[in-house]
Amino acid sequence: MDWTWFHKFGSPPHVYRLAGRLTPWFAWPAAITILIGLYGGLVLAPPDYQQGDGFRIIYVHAPSAWLSVMIYTTMASAAFVGLVWRMKVAHAVAASCAGIGAWFTAVSLVTGMLWGKPMWGTYWVWDPRLTAQLILLFLFFGYMALRAAIDDPSRADRASALLAVVGIVNVPIIRFSVDWWNSIHQAPSVMKLGRPTMPVDMLVPLLLMLLGFTLYFVAVLTIRLRAEVLRRERQASWLREVLD
Amino acid sequence: MAEFFAMGGYAQFLWPSYALAILALVVNVIVARRHLAAARSEARRRLEVRAGDAE
Repeated sequence: MDWTWFHKFGSPPHVYRLAGRLTPWFAWPAAITILIGLYGGLVLAPPDYQQGDGFRIIYVHAPSAWLSVMIYTTMASAAFVGLVWRMKVAHAVAASCAGIGAWFTAVSLVTGMLWGKPMWGTYWVWDPRLTAQLILLFLFFGYMALRAAIDDPSRADRASALLAVVGIVNVPIIRFSVDWWNSIHQAPSVMKLGRPTMPVDMLVPLLLMLLGFTLYFVAVLTIRLRAEVLRRERQASWLREVLD
Repeated sequence: MAEFFAMGGYAQFLWPSYALAILALVVNVIVARRHLAAARSEARRRLEVRAGDAE
């Protein structure tokens, strides 16, 4: 097997250039998909027969919640690769994820509260799904605080990576909390076996928003990754090349 | 139009949700770009210091 591609992904100048080239290819499709999704969700989708127009919060809530879990999984996987293969670029990917992940975890929590108030009659309950999502926010904060607290970059990488990897146990808990416990949170209506329980004109905008948020994350990740790779690099030869 | 913004009586919950999500989308782009600009100027400074040492 040809392993050169693997070594390329470990090479900072290659990753820096590749990430820079990829950014527009994710940013523009993300912008277009999100705009169409917003229009579909706010205008084209019919009101829900139980929740009226209130259900439209799903078009920002579900993509944020999906992104928060997806970003954590990316972060923990990259951290694991960094720990096991001592790959600097993998640690840079993990470090780039944390801030974005914390933001979208917070958005999912707050939009969930704003949805919960009219539908459940309360902003917050200590429900398994909600509690696990709050723990996810603290995991992101903990990861960032740990990195900030350790001055030596490679020690910060390893310590924070360990936290990220251990924290992955929270991800299946979030995912399956609505099945394992008697949760107030509704069961998934898209990502489940068999057919989704939503009419098509409600479902398509949601799928577009999920796709758009995912593309958006990759776009922002490529920008942050370039910053992380630059910050870590001490070798002058390629720095001079990419900075001019 | 007013009917659209009223969102069937859910306006006070729905619009803040959308505003926050859009804020997150915008802020994360700005933050990422600032990080990159800062990393670039910091790397440039590092190069200049090294060039100064060599002389």
